[in-house]
Amino acid sequence: MDLIRIKNVEKKYKNGVTAIYDLNLAIEKGAFVFVIGGSGSGKSTLIKMLYREEKPTKGQIIVGGLDVAKLRNRKVYRLRRKLGIVFQNFRLLEKQTVYENVAFALEVIGAPKDEIREKVLKALEDVGLKNKLHNYPDQLSGGEQQRVAIARAIVNDPKLLLCDEPTGNLDPERSMEIMKVLDDINKSRGTTIIMATHDKDIVDKMKKQVITLKDGHLVNFKQKGTYNNEAI
Amino acid sequence: MKPFRMLARSIRDAFKSVKRNFSLSLASVSCITITLIIVAIAIIASFNVQNFTKEIEKDLTVVAFLNNDATEEDVLNVENALKNIKNVDTYTFQSKIEVKEQMQQESEIFNAVLDTWEDNESPLKDTFQIKVKEVEEIGTTAEQIKNIDKVSVVRYGEGMVDKMISAFTSIKKVTIVVVVALIIVTVFLIINTIKLTIDNRKREIGIMRVVGASNITIKTPFVIEGMILGLLGSIIPVIFTTYGYLAFYQHFDGYLYSELIQLIEPEPFIYNASIIVVAIGILVGMVGSASAVRKYLKI
Repeated sequence: MDLIRIKNVEKKYKNGVTAIYDLNLAIEKGAFVFVIGGSGSGKSTLIKMLYREEKPTKGQIIVGGLDVAKLRNRKVYRLRRKLGIVFQNFRLLEKQTVYENVAFALEVIGAPKDEIREKVLKALEDVGLKNKLHNYPDQLSGGEQQRVAIARAIVNDPKLLLCDEPTGNLDPERSMEIMKVLDDINKSRGTTIIMATHDKDIVDKMKKQVITLKDGHLVNFKQKGTYNNEAI
Repeated sequence: MKPFRMLARSIRDAFKSVKRNFSLSLASVSCITITLIIVAIAIIASFNVQNFTKEIEKDLTVVAFLNNDATEEDVLNVENALKNIKNVDTYTFQSKIEVKEQMQQESEIFNAVLDTWEDNESPLKDTFQIKVKEVEEIGTTAEQIKNIDKVSVVRYGEGMVDKMISAFTSIKKVTIVVVVALIIVTVFLIINTIKLTIDNRKREIGIMRVVGASNITIKTPFVIEGMILGLLGSIIPVIFTTYGYLAFYQHFDGYLYSELIQLIEPEPFIYNASIIVVAIGILVGMVGSASAVRKYLKI
């Protein structure tokens, strides 16, 4: 079954730049998909449209049954509760501990305390940070901070995990650790993962589905794809 | 359960953030304090103006003199006619005998002169003393009374009274405009200061949006924070209002310049004024932070 269906989507920014041209895509539940392409290819725009930071100018985007393009600003939280988002720059709260950062995602949706504790510990265990509960973000390495961000993204058991260049700030070794964590989440929790990246090594090693974008056009969508420099 | 839990969390977060952003909170509170003091002065002045104009207006009386030959039946007719005039509030009747007695009591000379007249040859007239509902229409009402049969002369201090009433009407309007304008200026000032504290937490709001907090969940702690700031900011203005007005009232003995301009008694006036100041502070803090946070909820 498809978790995401994108039909005839076009995105034109207010400054006149068109980031995506007539995109059609369907992504299955439980898939692990890389979105690759050079700068300005539209991969970030695609991810942003999936969590409704940007609205498509034309077309339809369905995520888990929700019509994202038609979602009113006030109702965006309904979509966000169904998905987790991981950014290149982590976006953690500096003044809060690892535990508090992850718990934050559940607190703001009003979960009871016991449930929060249980889910946070489970999420931190999944990313291998159970021993750093009371550390603050600035006491952690970049890779560890990103794992906290991943724990925060999955703590609410989302169907979909969106990652926008999650390894962009990390060295190759830390990057592979993050990829292992994401792969485990994909396999054990069945979470669909869509990850925008321009890291050739990762894409080639992981052998997952690959969506290639170039100048806003879909070039190809391959099962077990590799990073094709020529296409980009 | 869930709404209570969310509210408790909002209140806790609001207090935390007032403490955590101490210097910016202090800036907002000082800004609210200063503007509320000005608003408080305006409110006190405005209430006093309203009060003394009303007191003076209450004393305004229309006196209608009847013809000398008016019989008891004529008096009754005039009374009925007065009842039919809409703007007439209350009236009292004084017969010429009562007028005579009153005048005789007031002065020895009157007493000696009036004593020489028999009641039936008295030059004095029966009078009605009339209070009106709307002082602004006192002139028209006096005209209507004058048209009643057997009424010879009507007096209400024309000229001076007309001028005074039109002056009072404009003073009242001006004070209300000043108070409202001050409150609006306060709201803008406070919105801008609170915006500074919220700009500081763009990131936090962004993260809340990303993890699926609804707008109301994000807004509530900020609105409560605004209320706390407004409340803190109204402490000094309330003290100022209470003790300042008491001292002012005692210094002038309750009158300003002449006995005509009477100040409002401090109790319960100062309590009411304090409540108004606190309410404005809280409301303005709420509106200020709600509108400041709105900008960040559009992503």
